Amino acid sequence: MRYRRSVIFDATVTLVFDGALVLSAYLLFAGHNQPGGGFVGGLVAAGAIALHYVAGGGDQVRSLLGVQPWTLLSIGLALAVGTAVVPVLFGANPLDQEAYQVELLVLGKAKATTALVFDAGVYLVVVGLMLMILEGLGLASDEPLDDGEVER
Amino acid sequence: MLFGLIALHAAAGLVVLVGARRLGRWGFVVGGTAPLAAALVALASAGAVLDGRSTTQRAGWVPQLGLTLDLRLDAFALLMVALVSGIGTLVFAYAWHYFAGSAYAGRAAGLLTLFAGSMLGVVLADNLLVLYGFWELTSITSYLLIGLHDDDRDARDGALHALLVTGLGGLAMLGGFVLLGHAAGTLQLSALLADPPSGGVVPVALVLVLLGAFTKSAQYPFHSWLPRAMVAPTPISAYLHSAAMVKAGVYLVARFAPAFADVGPWRPLVVGVGLVTMVAGGLRALRPFDLKQLLAFGTISQLGFLVVLFGLGRPEATAAACALLLAHALFKAALFMVVGIVDHAAHTRDLRRLPLLGAGWRATRAVALVSAASMAAIPPLAGFVAKEKAYAALVHGDATDRAILAVLVVGSMLTVAYSARFAAALWRPDLLVVPSEPRTTLDAGPRHGILAPALVLASATALLGLWPATWSRLVDGAANSLDPAAHAHLELWHGFNATLALSAITLAGGALIFALRRPVSALQARLAPRRSGVDAYDASVRGVLRGAGWVTSVVQSGSLPVYAGIILATAALAPLLAMVSGAWWPGWPDAIGRAGQIPAAGMLVAGATAATVATRRFAAALLLGVVGYGMALLFVVQGAPDLALTQFAVETLSVVVFLLVLRRLPDRFERESQPLLGRAARLAVSALVGVWVAVGAIAFSGARTAAPVSEEMVARSLPEGYGENVVNVILVDIRGLDTMGEITVLVAAGIGIAALARAGRPPRPRPERRSIREHREEVGA
Repeated sequence: MRYRRSVIFDATVTLVFDGALVLSAYLLFAGHNQPGGGFVGGLVAAGAIALHYVAGGGDQVRSLLGVQPWTLLSIGLALAVGTAVVPVLFGANPLDQEAYQVELLVLGKAKATTALVFDAGVYLVVVGLMLMILEGLGLASDEPLDDGEVER
Repeated sequence: MLFGLIALHAAAGLVVLVGARRLGRWGFVVGGTAPLAAALVALASAGAVLDGRSTTQRAGWVPQLGLTLDLRLDAFALLMVALVSGIGTLVFAYAWHYFAGSAYAGRAAGLLTLFAGSMLGVVLADNLLVLYGFWELTSITSYLLIGLHDDDRDARDGALHALLVTGLGGLAMLGGFVLLGHAAGTLQLSALLADPPSGGVVPVALVLVLLGAFTKSAQYPFHSWLPRAMVAPTPISAYLHSAAMVKAGVYLVARFAPAFADVGPWRPLVVGVGLVTMVAGGLRALRPFDLKQLLAFGTISQLGFLVVLFGLGRPEATAAACALLLAHALFKAALFMVVGIVDHAAHTRDLRRLPLLGAGWRATRAVALVSAASMAAIPPLAGFVAKEKAYAALVHGDATDRAILAVLVVGSMLTVAYSARFAAALWRPDLLVVPSEPRTTLDAGPRHGILAPALVLASATALLGLWPATWSRLVDGAANSLDPAAHAHLELWHGFNATLALSAITLAGGALIFALRRPVSALQARLAPRRSGVDAYDASVRGVLRGAGWVTSVVQSGSLPVYAGIILATAALAPLLAMVSGAWWPGWPDAIGRAGQIPAAGMLVAGATAATVATRRFAAALLLGVVGYGMALLFVVQGAPDLALTQFAVETLSVVVFLLVLRRLPDRFERESQPLLGRAARLAVSALVGVWVAVGAIAFSGARTAAPVSEEMVARSLPEGYGENVVNVILVDIRGLDTMGEITVLVAAGIGIAALARAGRPPRPRPERRSIREHREEVGA
């Protein structure tokens, strides 16, 4: 049995969703020096997506992201494997890191390492896995009623 | 050069296989270049090799394991190459005619070439593991060749029989090789034989190696695959089952005997098995009406003869065996070819239906007569020269030797009898069977081309007999390279002596058996065991399948609670028992670290307890979530923000996923249906796991004796990992490869979830996609 959507919940989800995504991105980037990292970041993003799923079902998630889960999974895995393999091509050990520092004028210094790319891969895989679960275990009854439909 | 030859076989074989349909029987021309090249190379290097200068080649493969690709061409290998590649080339020429118009020609040619290469590898390999590899390749190619007519059930069954028996023997042999290599400290064959290990596991290793040799060379009681393999087209039988593959076991016995013949079980085992095989095979060869079956049992008998001679490990016997090896390959391959020619023309090889062969068959019958006479060791043919040598090797020995010799003479009498039977089939078949309908007469003989290879072989048989000096040097060199004391001086005429008398007795006895064939046959029919080797094989295969079915039904009960129970109980019980038996207990830890742990622990205990008594699945899942959050809280108190963060996020998502799944299950747990015993067992397993986790946690935390690795990780995190968060540096750098493996698992899990969830569901309707053309058609443009 499908359900009627709740306006209040929708609005809350929309608000929380953006915040959660920003948080997840922060966790990903800050992870190397503060608590966080690609895995946690990915989980937070996945949680935000799950919220959207609860609010509007699979169709809403699909239209929101516009990517297929397996695309995310494969890009993530490719990023991670790539960071592992590229150093080998230059004669270093797999997963060897390089660190870069960038001056961002007013904002100060930013430090980035190639491990970030690896972490981004992890992030994408986690998000992709969540999407895969929603896609696989979700039901048609998760979809809310359309405008014209009336529940009796 | 040796590598090149094997590579040539592989390349030619694969090319022919790929182009099998297009090449057809031209495949025999393309593939035949490989054995021809090998034969020519062998011929070119014969001079040097026979002078004792063997050719060796080596390439590293996995040097850490002692795996080097060693090839070695010594004089005995040269003799084997003469069989494998020399006769091989003739078989290819024969097959060119035999397979005319056959749809299987291309495949047969490719496989035969690959087989020739594998066999070449077996006789050239100087490393035990390399030898084993080629050995198995001959088994596999033989399987494919026997089953060439893959739409014929008999062919498939025969092929499988051969593969299972020789494959099983091969596995035993591998075990023997590993043990021997370990005992000797080298896997190199020539080094091993030059300085053989002794004592300890060596006897066991030798028995294992012999198992491989016996199965491959169709010795009793493993012989029954060979007659069954006769479903293969005749060129394949002529090559694999007379000249080449079945000689692999003999080859192995020949190589090992001089070094190991004195080790405990060797002589009784090898000589015993060989003698039984020789006599039993000879007896069986007197019975079949199918000429190929007759030859197959004859081959088994002769292989037994060879195994006895080589297995004795004595210089004279070894020299005689080398001569017999060559003589046997010559006459047996020719006889098989003749059967194939007759079969091709008469469409039968059954004695009861065989037509009388008319004028056009004179040459064919002559070939058959010469080759059969050589098999019966009638002078002045190659077989006679070889058998004289064999008798001479034993006639001056002690009582045991005399006993062996007596059995050999009996076996040879049987050989004479079945040789006569074979010759009679082609000359006067009515001597053997008088069919109810009179036999037709077949006048038009075979084409010259198909007979030519057999004619070459028969001529060689006659030539080598009349003029033993031609092959004396080859046999002498081969025997010499096996055993430095072995020398062969082949001669047709030794004068009147005991050996000649034995030969005469053999011929007379054989003639008598043939003359009394009717009473002998009646006696055999009465005494023959009711169960044949094939029955035994079938029974054992059925037994294995039944056993496997039983094991599967016991181990794989298909019950999730049983699986989970066994896994959990094992995981808990094994370390718990180890700890108890070791009386290992580090003592209670400090009761409480921080005050904040108490409410978190309370939350954990309450959540877990509530989850066990919850009656609704939904509630249980939520309560498990409470447990997870409690754990996260513990992490926070313990000062592990990364862990806590991850735990919170995972727990939240877990609850969502749980809910997604639980909608498909009944609302409440069904409790009433469980029998008491099952509940008790579950309770016991749960308690066991609980105890184990608690005890294990205390024990492990108090077990540290070395400095924790984490200190070094913390120290190296910033300078080498460029990060201040050690946890993250561990994940992406220090143990980065682990993480990569884990996310690969995640991807696999995702795919698994999607596949499982969709199993049985109709595919999700996809948005319709239309091609541009369809779109245009619809619009009407």
